[in-house]
Amino acid sequence: MKNEQNAYILSILVENTPGVLSQVARLFSRKGYNIDSIASGTTEDPLVTRITIVIAGDEGMITHITAQLRKLLPVISVKVLSTANSVQRELVLVKVRAETREKKDEIIQTANVFRASVVDMSRETLTIAIIGDEGKAAALLDLLRDLGILEVVRTGTIAIERGRNTIYDNNKEKGEFNYGKNVL
Amino acid sequence: MLSGAQVLMESLQREHVTHIFGYAGATICPAVDALAAADIGYTLVRTEQNAGHMASGYARITGKPGVCMVTSGPGATNLITGIATAYMDSIPMVAITGQVQSYLLGRDIFQEVDITGAVAPFTKHSYLVKDAGNIPQIVKEAFLIASTGRQGPVLIDLPIDIQKQMVEPHYPDSVEIRGYKPSVKGNELQVRRVIQAISAAHRPLLCAGGGLFSAGGQADLEELAVTAGIPVVTTMMGLGLLPTDHPMNMGMIGAFGTPLANVALDTTDLLIIAGARAADRAISAPREIARRTKTVHIDVDPAEIGKNMFPTVPVVGNVKVILNQLLARHPKADTTDWLAELQPRRRKELQNTPPHPRTVGVDPAALMRGLGGWLDENACVCVDVGQNQIWAARYLPLRRGRFLTSGGLGTMGYSLPAALGVKVAQPERQTVVVCGDGSFQMSMNELATLCAMGADVKIVILENGVLGLVNQIQHSSYSGPFGVALTGSPDFSAVAAAYGISCGTASSNDELDKALDQMFGSPGPYLLTCTVDPDASTND
Repeated sequence: MKNEQNAYILSILVENTPGVLSQVARLFSRKGYNIDSIASGTTEDPLVTRITIVIAGDEGMITHITAQLRKLLPVISVKVLSTANSVQRELVLVKVRAETREKKDEIIQTANVFRASVVDMSRETLTIAIIGDEGKAAALLDLLRDLGILEVVRTGTIAIERGRNTIYDNNKEKGEFNYGKNVL
Repeated sequence: MLSGAQVLMESLQREHVTHIFGYAGATICPAVDALAAADIGYTLVRTEQNAGHMASGYARITGKPGVCMVTSGPGATNLITGIATAYMDSIPMVAITGQVQSYLLGRDIFQEVDITGAVAPFTKHSYLVKDAGNIPQIVKEAFLIASTGRQGPVLIDLPIDIQKQMVEPHYPDSVEIRGYKPSVKGNELQVRRVIQAISAAHRPLLCAGGGLFSAGGQADLEELAVTAGIPVVTTMMGLGLLPTDHPMNMGMIGAFGTPLANVALDTTDLLIIAGARAADRAISAPREIARRTKTVHIDVDPAEIGKNMFPTVPVVGNVKVILNQLLARHPKADTTDWLAELQPRRRKELQNTPPHPRTVGVDPAALMRGLGGWLDENACVCVDVGQNQIWAARYLPLRRGRFLTSGGLGTMGYSLPAALGVKVAQPERQTVVVCGDGSFQMSMNELATLCAMGADVKIVILENGVLGLVNQIQHSSYSGPFGVALTGSPDFSAVAAAYGISCGTASSNDELDKALDQMFGSPGPYLLTCTVDPDASTND
């Protein structure tokens, strides 16, 4: 079993019941794992929520945590996505200091290069929205840092599998132990 | 129209509940009122934790979920240890707690606690009921969840206004939970791999745990051991799966186990773990073993596979069903040499060695062996936690009985209430409690419950005036004993007398036979206090 640390993306489909997010999060804290980001929202079915968790770990740890996640009653499906087989996006909002016209121009130009958009403006500030994977946001933030970032907020990564496969498909990993959704 | 409380009782009866262990309080009063009118028995405990333990003893003997019902606030928090104890040993249980009015939730009013939040780590699932119309569905789900797959406790939190809410109930015949489909049958491919591994093995070993009791697979285990020629070791939770002197039983593994069982574990070339989680007390270095030898792990809970040990062949499903899948393929290993090596050593281990020449008290090993002589074939022995547990596990001979103890959580005070739960389920079954003077005092208050029930439970206290196992650890690994002397303990015979329970004492090996004779000769409950040397070690 490999022990190298990698970023894993866990896509978790859950029943939209009270406390389900804390139930999922509690599993990670109980095992002593740190969540890098967590994003949650309803799906095409309002009774079903999809949670995306990004976590650094090794293969053994991911196998273990997915097995534990599948044990939770409200959890419908768990799929581990890799950066290669999925599309990932994160929305970052950045408020930057921009007191002068020159500074405003510079920020807008920088934002344009990254296909980020200006979503708010005041006499002293600009607010930029950038959508992309982590690398793109990090590069833009790095440039904006020199100009004076006032605050940053990010949604956390969400991801969807490339191609025809969906989270509703039979998860292959489950097949090996004859898990299916046969988990408890 | 029925009240939520009446719907609850009707729902419980539809789940074939015949007994509830509980403690009343303001917020559970409507349910208690409905219980009085229902055809369900009730035992009032003396503290809520023991309602959990009684439900646990009841569940382990009957195989169906034990039910306990307590009030909100302190009633619910007192119950938590009972729930956690059941969770760690995978015991099916449905716990019902009263709750403050649903419209007052979250305002910290009198006796309000967030119990579903508090027990989340120790339950399979929990419900906070918001509408009495949902009670039939929730109760049905709770019993399904508690009793299938890897069994465990489920909690239903019932606000008092919901208990009083009038509804037209609809009782579902079955329930479907989208996120819950426990495996039953093992994957055929994996089963074939197990069969191949068995045929190729020369020193195969079955390691059986409490999961086999949950699945009711004792006979199947014996059949597999005998027909395939595979010797068996058990965990503490698996004690009693095979009679102690069964030719294929090589004893209990682990730090507190028997030497031969651990030798077998260290020298096997195919370890088949069935219904056990390979936790630290049983297998101290599971990864070592997995590196050295082929391993098969059979468990109903896929999350157990690879948690403590990554097996060569994992098989997920009901362990009884999987053993039968194996049996259908007539597995056979050539183990003549292996058995010839183990069996004589086992017979030697089981020989009654002369009692340790103690200057103080009775020899614990001699006590356990003597006690074993008095046990019925199917006796149920409820054993507490500490030195008494280790001595009983090691020296008490079992035939087709049960050995009920808090194996996972190690909850002191478990034995007496668990025994009362057994007695409720099977009043005729011989039931013996083995505990220390520390653990006995943790649930001594349940003597009243015992008297109220008139239950014939024989209690054996190993009295050494200290918390023996901690004392032992402090001697071996710390600067010496501190804070373990049970100063102020009462005269247990006088306590028994105060409850009107017959009693006796044994303070030396010479008095032992007579004391046991007297205890088992007297009808009804009996309390036998045996003096034990405080410096007696489980390593003696």
